[in-house]
Amino acid sequence: MELDSLYQEVILDHYKKPHHKGLPTGEIQVHHVNPNCGDEITLSLAIRDGKVEDLVWDGVGCSISQASASIMSELVSGKSVADAQIALQEFTEMMQSKGKYQGKEEILEDAVALAGVSKFPARVKCALLGWMAFKDAAIQNGAEL
Amino acid sequence: MKSTLDVAAIKSDFPIFDVPMRGGKRLVFLDSGATSQKPIQVMDAERNFYSTQNAAVHRGSYYLAEIASEAYEGARESVAKFLQVKSEEIIFTKSATESLNLLAVSFERSSGRLGIKAGDEIVVSELEHHANLLPWQQLAKRTGAVLKWFEMNADGSLDLSRIDEVITSKCKVVAITHQSNVLGSAPDIAPIIAAAHAVGAIFVLDGCQSVPHQPVDIKGLDIDFLTFSGHKALGPTGIGVLWGRSELLEQMEPFLYGGSMIETVTMTNATWAPSPKRFEAGVPNMAQAVGLAAALDYLSAVGLSNIHSWEMQLTEYALKGLQEIDGVSVVGPQGLANRGGVISFVIDKLHPHDVGQVMDQYGVAVRTGHHCAWPLIRKLGLTGTTRASFYLYNDLADVDVLLESVLGARDYFRKR
Repeated sequence: MELDSLYQEVILDHYKKPHHKGLPTGEIQVHHVNPNCGDEITLSLAIRDGKVEDLVWDGVGCSISQASASIMSELVSGKSVADAQIALQEFTEMMQSKGKYQGKEEILEDAVALAGVSKFPARVKCALLGWMAFKDAAIQNGAEL
Repeated sequence: MKSTLDVAAIKSDFPIFDVPMRGGKRLVFLDSGATSQKPIQVMDAERNFYSTQNAAVHRGSYYLAEIASEAYEGARESVAKFLQVKSEEIIFTKSATESLNLLAVSFERSSGRLGIKAGDEIVVSELEHHANLLPWQQLAKRTGAVLKWFEMNADGSLDLSRIDEVITSKCKVVAITHQSNVLGSAPDIAPIIAAAHAVGAIFVLDGCQSVPHQPVDIKGLDIDFLTFSGHKALGPTGIGVLWGRSELLEQMEPFLYGGSMIETVTMTNATWAPSPKRFEAGVPNMAQAVGLAAALDYLSAVGLSNIHSWEMQLTEYALKGLQEIDGVSVVGPQGLANRGGVISFVIDKLHPHDVGQVMDQYGVAVRTGHHCAWPLIRKLGLTGTTRASFYLYNDLADVDVLLESVLGARDYFRKR
């Protein structure tokens, strides 16, 4: 079933048990919304010695937006800003590929499970919500992305 | 259950139903609350206008311009006949959204009974679509007027217990929907209209969800303005209607400035044409107006009362089916009283986008999310709903697929 390519096991796992989800406590908190569907995310992080740390997010939304935020936070936490940027670019490219690009697993890890989302144009913004919040927060914390 | 309509014959007028959906599924279109599908008669009317009548209306002195003007003004007469009002009271806009913005901006520029200034009060309700909230909310911000509203009860009706506190002698405008686009609930507007008129306020009715689906008696309701959108009434996109009492329209300042809407123009000044031209700046959406007239003719031929009663039969069948499914909660009115053919529901704790995605696999087109009525959704303590809305081309088999797809969505996430 085509649906199973969208709702992969790993996505539903992250949806049911999201990682790094809690009350963001950082000084700089970004708040992103997807105005089409009302999905919201608040996220904060710190950058220490060039590394992404203390990433915490909270939000409401569909399984895709929640799972994607969880996978992203797991992926970039503890990584250097440079590596996080590579992952962000790789993920964005995969999401814009309309199902044609599966993404490199050595860069994206669990996030390759979201490749199927790019076949559903209405859901791409859901998957990108957390990642865009991360990008914004990193920039506001002085990272050059 | 016997249909009051020949739905099979109606369906055959709509070519879109021949288009296969994802996985080759037949289209089960349950999103007419967002936009309706178009019968071939409407497309033919537009095509005929462009093929045989196209010229800028009210300008040229040549033959074709006369034909175009006749077609466009003929469309206005058709709309007037449909609503049983005078044709000079019909203003063509690009959408109902534009109609409501037109009113808000014009009231800001007008004086006297219609003028809005600091300290005046504007009344809406928590049921409103953003299109009937934001023009008034922003008008209040710009002018220093006060925005007030009727609160919504859990069943989608309005709390009228403090009507005298909501509508006071400071009230200038009351703008309320005839039927919620989210819940299908039809608020009890009669006492609101009476209260508005008792203090000399104007009453604006948002008829987007009612005019295409049931007979609306403008004179009987005793309202001052009404709007609806063409594309929700089998008509083309890009055409909306604003009806207003002629004595009020004559007192109103223009919304958009430009060609066609003037009486005289100098380099430093201008005077305005009478309504409706005053409110139709620029070359209008002519083919769309003609298409809308064809759509209203189609609806009239089927009969608005027949359409309404058929939609209520579909709603009864769907409500019963949904309410019997474990894990499904219908949001808003639970019965058939004071509602139209729109049903919102939630499944377990699933996000509506996930629900809609699975339903799509069955060929079912429903709307998911906040339905451009975010305050209403917040009031219900939800992030969104899934909404099925019916129209004359839906049949009982469509409802059966709806119910099957709802079960499918529930089980898809339950078992995983």
